[in-house]
Amino acid sequence: MSREPISPESGTGMVVMTDVQKHFGDHHVLKDISLSIAAREVVVVVGPSGSGKSTLCRCINRLETITSGSILVDGTALPTEGKALATLRSEVGMVFQSFNLFAHRSILDNVTLAPIQVRKESKKVAEAHALELLDRVGIADKADSFPAQLSGGQQQRAAIARALAMRPKVMLFDEPTSALDPEMVTEVLDVMISLAAEGMTMVVVTHEMGFARRAADRVVFMDDGRIVEQNTPAEFFDHPESERAKAFLSKILTH
Amino acid sequence: MDIFVDSAGPLLSAIGTTVLMAVVAGVGALVLGTLIAAARISPIPVLRGAAFAYVQFFVNVPLLALLILAVFALPDAGIIMPLAPTAVLVLALYEAAYVAEAVRSGVNTVGNGQIEASRALGFTLGQTLRLVVIPQSLRAAVQPLGNVMIALTMNTALAAAVGVVELTSAANKLNLVEAQPILIFAAAGLVYMALALVIGLGAGRIERKVAILR
Repeated sequence: MSREPISPESGTGMVVMTDVQKHFGDHHVLKDISLSIAAREVVVVVGPSGSGKSTLCRCINRLETITSGSILVDGTALPTEGKALATLRSEVGMVFQSFNLFAHRSILDNVTLAPIQVRKESKKVAEAHALELLDRVGIADKADSFPAQLSGGQQQRAAIARALAMRPKVMLFDEPTSALDPEMVTEVLDVMISLAAEGMTMVVVTHEMGFARRAADRVVFMDDGRIVEQNTPAEFFDHPESERAKAFLSKILTH
Repeated sequence: MDIFVDSAGPLLSAIGTTVLMAVVAGVGALVLGTLIAAARISPIPVLRGAAFAYVQFFVNVPLLALLILAVFALPDAGIIMPLAPTAVLVLALYEAAYVAEAVRSGVNTVGNGQIEASRALGFTLGQTLRLVVIPQSLRAAVQPLGNVMIALTMNTALAAAVGVVELTSAANKLNLVEAQPILIFAAAGLVYMALALVIGLGAGRIERKVAILR
């Protein structure tokens, strides 16, 4: 990868989380989360299930509300409600574990719907851009198909194209390959790796350690709602510092 | 067969009344029921509670009891309406509860994931409903709504009990004169079956047209 290494604390962050706390009822899901993600940085969040990594990802575009603390996206505090929140969300792309394509619309419509409705692009411009993106993720021939006619890997690539169509400043990936059959994981990861190489700011929650090694600038390890340690992928995987990270890595890397 | 030919005029007009009641009450129930379903899934607790109470009331009280109540109680309370419109009003209010349940079940077929995806793309609540939720839930609700409309058409017969001259009532009157119950009520039954068939086929056609490829 020919990118400049990005130090975690450099400059003002594209996403800055400060002292974020999140409760689900009595359950304290996110504890004292402070995390700054620079523009063009690729941060991979790993950790055992239930560690709060998906919740952290979902807080960044306020699909989950936080109990206290602050989150800034490109210097703007997350609005609480309404039009301002919708506008902010339109600048933050999100890819879900379960794809969540609109089942009643063609793949092309899925990609053009938000640009036309939210960004007020003309149909012509939106469609040209959509076809370009679908070509880029390798499913241009599926433009007129419906989501259910595509394989999981194709659906997830369509979902990535849908998010990219909004020309987002940041892309959030919430376990994008966890619902895929093993043979389809690579085709999705390849798209994500090329995005990273082009300089997209990315937050990726994943269990794909190979992807973390190849594409991440920084690995953030979470356990029990806290960020336990963060480091470059090489350092994290080869020389984990905390006992919990060592235990986690020994569990996932031994088989 | 002569008995039908001799009374063709009153019988046809009675069938017309049945169809008209079904259509007017059906449209009313669809509109009101959709509004109730919207209230039922709205984020406002008071609306949700009111819609829930509405559905529970009408699902748990017999239609005949409601008809009798309306026909005899409303005039007592100073509201005087002709019989047929009263019956149509009660039918619409009653079936709206079932329409609301059918629409709500349709809404539930739209995965929460798609709603999250539309929020994440920057859609407002209105856009999410208009572009994602409603088109899909109406499609899923077509067949159940067809069944509600068939039930509504059959239920128009209860209006006979409170004196509306519709198909069942006309058949009954004819039988009092001719004393041929099997022939007369079998014929009336065939007319109801034909109406149900038309509604069922119509719903099937609509469903095929709007079906989502899965």
